[in-house]
Amino acid sequence: MSIIYVLLAISVSVALVFLCAFLFSVKKGQYDDTYTPSVRMLFEDELVKEGASATQSSTSGNHTNNHTEKHS
Amino acid sequence: MEKCFHCGDDCLDGVIEHHDKPFCCHGCKTVYDILHDNDLSYYYDLENTPGTSPKEIAGKFDFLDNESIAEKLLEFNDGNTQIASFLIPSIHCSSCIWVLENLNKLNKGVSVSTVNFPEKTVRVTFCSETVSLKELVLLLSRIGYEPYISLENSEKKEKTINRDLLYKLGVAGFAFGNVMLLSFPEYFEVEEFWLDRFKVVFRWLMFAFSVPVVVYSARSYFVSAFKGLRAGFLNIDVPIAIGIFVLFVRSTLDIAFDWGSGFFDSLTGLVFFLLLGKFFQQKTYAFLSFERDYKSYFPIAVTKLSKSSAGVQFEEQTPVYEVQKGDRLLIRNNELIPVDAILIKGNALIDYSFVTGEAQPVEKGSGDKLFAGGRQQAGILEVEVLKPVEQSYLTQLWSNDVFSKGHEGVFESLTDSISKRFTVAVLSIAFLSTIIWLIIDPGKAFNVFTAVLIVACPCAIALAAPFTLGNMLRIFGKRKLYLKEASVIEQMAKVDTVVFDKTGTLTSNKKNHITYEGVELSTAEKELLTSTLRASNHPLSRALYDVLDHHNIQTLDEFEEEVGKGISAMVDSQTIKIGSSAFVGNFGEGAGVVSETLDKTTVHISSNNQYKGCYVFHTEYRDGMGEIFHELKQHGKKLVVLSGDNEGERSRLEKLLPAGTDLIFNQKPEDKLRFIKKLKESGQTVMMVGDGLNDAGALKQSDVGIVISEDINVFSPACDGILDASNFQELMWFFSRAAKSIQIIKWAFIFSLFYNLIGLSFAVTGHLQPVVAAILMPLSSISIVVFTTVAVKWHTRTP
Repeated sequence: MSIIYVLLAISVSVALVFLCAFLFSVKKGQYDDTYTPSVRMLFEDELVKEGASATQSSTSGNHTNNHTEKHS
Repeated sequence: MEKCFHCGDDCLDGVIEHHDKPFCCHGCKTVYDILHDNDLSYYYDLENTPGTSPKEIAGKFDFLDNESIAEKLLEFNDGNTQIASFLIPSIHCSSCIWVLENLNKLNKGVSVSTVNFPEKTVRVTFCSETVSLKELVLLLSRIGYEPYISLENSEKKEKTINRDLLYKLGVAGFAFGNVMLLSFPEYFEVEEFWLDRFKVVFRWLMFAFSVPVVVYSARSYFVSAFKGLRAGFLNIDVPIAIGIFVLFVRSTLDIAFDWGSGFFDSLTGLVFFLLLGKFFQQKTYAFLSFERDYKSYFPIAVTKLSKSSAGVQFEEQTPVYEVQKGDRLLIRNNELIPVDAILIKGNALIDYSFVTGEAQPVEKGSGDKLFAGGRQQAGILEVEVLKPVEQSYLTQLWSNDVFSKGHEGVFESLTDSISKRFTVAVLSIAFLSTIIWLIIDPGKAFNVFTAVLIVACPCAIALAAPFTLGNMLRIFGKRKLYLKEASVIEQMAKVDTVVFDKTGTLTSNKKNHITYEGVELSTAEKELLTSTLRASNHPLSRALYDVLDHHNIQTLDEFEEEVGKGISAMVDSQTIKIGSSAFVGNFGEGAGVVSETLDKTTVHISSNNQYKGCYVFHTEYRDGMGEIFHELKQHGKKLVVLSGDNEGERSRLEKLLPAGTDLIFNQKPEDKLRFIKKLKESGQTVMMVGDGLNDAGALKQSDVGIVISEDINVFSPACDGILDASNFQELMWFFSRAAKSIQIIKWAFIFSLFYNLIGLSFAVTGHLQPVVAAILMPLSSISIVVFTTVAVKWHTRTP
């Protein structure tokens, strides 16, 4: 029956591993924002649609500058 | 009417067709183009009309060119890689998260951007060689996510998130689970052979698990109990601390001398449940701040006019804190005046509504004094600084003692007042029964003494308030009353005097009730009127324009705006004059109308030099204001209206509000604060309902300070709760549910006392087995949690 010592040691160390994992995740800030990740994981990864070129992006900044006034 | 594909607003000024989609304005169209050109149109697939139309930002963020200001906004800077966090109030849906986290598609300089949705912030890591902080802010603004940057940002504070409770909860939960497993065998078989051989190991293992729970997880209870005792105050943590301590000592002695298996299971369970209650009660509205002062309302920088050594004047962006007396500042349209100053050049039309409570903007001429906090509404101003920002008239309010001391006196919660009697009762029972047992059987006396203290540990009482109030807090939140913390509900239930501010609180600044008096206008005149008003930036023109029909907008042949007087315009030889009575040439028979409406704001019209009549602006009170006042009156609350405005509205308010409502006008911010203080000194519990900076002192001084806000994302002064203006009518509902919460807590107390009595009957007779305690304690805790949750749901199910 001394096997029980081994079993106890295993069960306690497994529990300790999970406790450490929890403490570590809290420390890393995983519980600071519990909402955004739940939305983020549903986004598609591939954003670029077929035939699109990535070079456009740098020019988009300036030509829009003068039109942003909202007429209300 | 068609809805804008980008922002979802009605297309009031005509539809702009683009890519077969309707847009309400060029701003929205531009955002669409930017996103579409960069293959980010998935933005519109995620949610319908997720956008916000971008605002005019020309020159607004020029201060970011100043490196010392920009530096203050950076969290991290190693010269090349920089990290900045922005508060973006317009974040509201999953599309927002998606597009903001794909900023790197819009600008190659951005490496990572992470949104924190509950706090409405985005944290951007970018390469400063490719994109500057200013360019980044402009990019965000251009796609409708304008960051909110205020004077508050200039004080760099380390972001400290208190995660203590989570750690403690984790440790307690871990120990609770393991101890339960280890103590389980002894609940049933006491004399079994193998159990007898291994119980020593099991017990000491339980002891090992309990040590961190007592020393670490439960530490705050010992600290709080100690503080309470030192202040001569028996708070609820005293009996809890006694209970935990006795549990631990008794259990340790039990296993050391082999008297029994100890109460480690009850001990860890108790701490776990208590911490769970605390966790549940924690504040839940991360995106709202209840501690704001003028700093989050004021700009971080201003445009200063300096002279170079050669005598040439140039503009320079200066941090507000560095502005000195005598400096010349440039205030643009819609900018805030951050300091007390004298007007040098320009036509000032200052909106002080947020600061003083005056409803209409005030005109000022050069040489007039301008106070900090006003917002310029017409053109560019040049001003000379009289006082630096900390010494300005408005900011002086924050040097009042109320802001440094916090709430006066210790607020005794219901739980604390119960626990006082409870502790005394428990201690006397414990000593009494010990004495009796010393006479009957001295060997059992220690057992009984500790058992009484263990079983009487008021776990259920301590849980009743957190769960009732925590649930209530969430339900209030769903009805758009966002409270700072759960204890505010208890305070609300005690309120007997409600003080209202007028401007912005009882009146709505969105809607204007406008009537026309005089000769009927022809269709052509009406069209000309709307076309003219459209071109004007004056707030009254805007307000009037909003209520008129927008048909046939014409291009004006001539348009002239004389600030402080009015506007004149011409189309096809037809002229119109809009403005003050004298400006439009009203000297004839219409003059009688003016004298009747002296106290009110009016806009007069003349067409082809002929006087027509005037539009009268009435202050529009919130829907259902009268009913709320009557309801509150019926429930025995004393009502006061405290206004910074003049007496112009007195007679109208007297008609609308129930008799006996005190109306006090011409109140400066300090007067309001003093008024509340006096009420409190006369023994009343006061709720202040306000909205602006001028109420900040009164809000802080009152027992419960509630801010009414049209848009909960924009600035509101420090308070105990923020109420969305659309739910103003439900004020009475909140009051009655607050009172109900107190009833529920009282019932829960009775309920848990019943459990304590059962436990005590075991303890006093000397029969408290660990298994009884292990069943009784969680059972009482869980049933209290269930009872309070169900009761709260039941009382809030209907409107």
